[in-house]
Amino acid sequence: MDKTIITVVGKDTVGIIARVCTYLAENEVNILDISQTIVQGYFNMMMIVDMQKSIKVHDEISTDLTKIGEELGVIIKCQREEIFNKMHRI
Amino acid sequence: MINIYEVAETNAMIEHENLDVRTITMGISLLDCCDTNLEKLCRNIRAKITSLAKDLVATGEAISREYGIPIVNKRISITPIAIVGASACHSPEDFVQIAVTLDEVAKDMGVNFLGGYSAIVAKGMTKSDELFMRSIPEAMARTERICCSVNVGSTKTGINMDAVKIMGEIVKATAERTKEKDSLGCAKLVVLCNAPDDNPFMAGAFHGVSEAEAIINVGVSGPGVVKYALEQIKDANFEVLCETIKKTAFKITRVGQLVAQEASRRLGVPFGIIDLSLAPTPAVGDSVADILKAIGLEHAGAPGTTAALALLNDQVKKGGVMASSYVGGLSGAFIPVSEDQGMIDAVEAGALTIEKLEAMTCVCSVGLDMIAIPGDTPATTISGIIADEAAIGMINQKTTAVRIIPVIGKGVGEQVDFGGLLGHAPIMPVNGFDCSVFVNRGGRIPAPIHSFKN
Repeated sequence: MDKTIITVVGKDTVGIIARVCTYLAENEVNILDISQTIVQGYFNMMMIVDMQKSIKVHDEISTDLTKIGEELGVIIKCQREEIFNKMHRI
Repeated sequence: MINIYEVAETNAMIEHENLDVRTITMGISLLDCCDTNLEKLCRNIRAKITSLAKDLVATGEAISREYGIPIVNKRISITPIAIVGASACHSPEDFVQIAVTLDEVAKDMGVNFLGGYSAIVAKGMTKSDELFMRSIPEAMARTERICCSVNVGSTKTGINMDAVKIMGEIVKATAERTKEKDSLGCAKLVVLCNAPDDNPFMAGAFHGVSEAEAIINVGVSGPGVVKYALEQIKDANFEVLCETIKKTAFKITRVGQLVAQEASRRLGVPFGIIDLSLAPTPAVGDSVADILKAIGLEHAGAPGTTAALALLNDQVKKGGVMASSYVGGLSGAFIPVSEDQGMIDAVEAGALTIEKLEAMTCVCSVGLDMIAIPGDTPATTISGIIADEAAIGMINQKTTAVRIIPVIGKGVGEQVDFGGLLGHAPIMPVNGFDCSVFVNRGGRIPAPIHSFKN
């Protein structure tokens, strides 16, 4: 497993999840979990994905998702899971 | 599994509360570079640093992108040059040549500072140490990225007052030599007592002789995160206050630990320590003074400041120590003036004086830091200030330091701007009474009684 957390924050609009999921599928990135909520009035989605079989390296996926985010008017971040695990789990 | 709220909390710290890893500092031993020929020594130094640190900046940037955490500085610390250059240097100018070489190497490696243009003279000075110290003004004038430190005392050895006297003169001479840049040279020159061998923070970083061939040390930061956490518990009692600081320090430090381990793995260099410091920057919201305000003071410097800083420093350590496998360096809260907008505001409001800052250095991790003083301050007065700080460090078994800038041509009420991370500052008044007879006595102050523990 090569777990990465993808977060999408911004104004809600049609097709955000579809667009991100399609991109991930095209690049053989497996989605393990999706959750979403509204935090301080903003659409907030988190995906836990496995990038072990990904066609592209982390940096490329991250750059591509940033661009997709710009097109959708949301901020998409792609961070390795360890930073969250380290901070919130002993 | 990690949930969305935890992810949102971490990202809010990064995006809104200035959470970052302040520095990845690679410590490099230059002991095997020593040679009697100065040219050869400089070649050896260049080759050694390049071979170990060539991927440092790129690795830091890659980690930063993959984890989504800013890593602000990538830096290098080296074996104190007074030791490395001892057999090759026969004049201050010879040492300056090493400084110039180091500056070029720092630029080639893409690091913003290289620390270790240093001497350890806590008990006595060798001939080389003294030549080195005399080279400092010229070295600081002719380099951009070199940081310089001199350790003049320790709890184990006492205070070398001969070195204290010389360093007062050297600080003044460095200010004079860099006066066209508002005496900027002094912003990269620090005089220490009980200097740690593994400090990743500038200007006092060097790679001590007790250290390994090469090591990765990481300095964390995050005053903005602590301030935000405290603003959520405005009316809470001290128990809740302290628990909140501890928990926040734990979270901040865990990020530093992750970055340090990852940098160590990728660079093939062992992990040394995490320095658990709250290091402010001039950016709004990245201030230790603002934490003191969030604890309940109108300004840093108000009565209660020393107590508030003492509890902050202690809770940061308590929270951070469990988050990291190895803790070292300075670890605590930094209280520089020019690098902390809240401190600058406090000075301008008349709330904070050098004497109060001196009291604060008794309970925090460093000393009188980035304080601009009038350019006509006598060298002996600067030596007196250094001696006072060194005494606080020696007696309290802690690191203390003096990084003051006598700004040539400027006086109290005027401003000085160093730019970037070094910030800007109002020039603060210094006690004008004379201490030259004390400073000129010569010799050493003996080690304190509680240093004899054998």
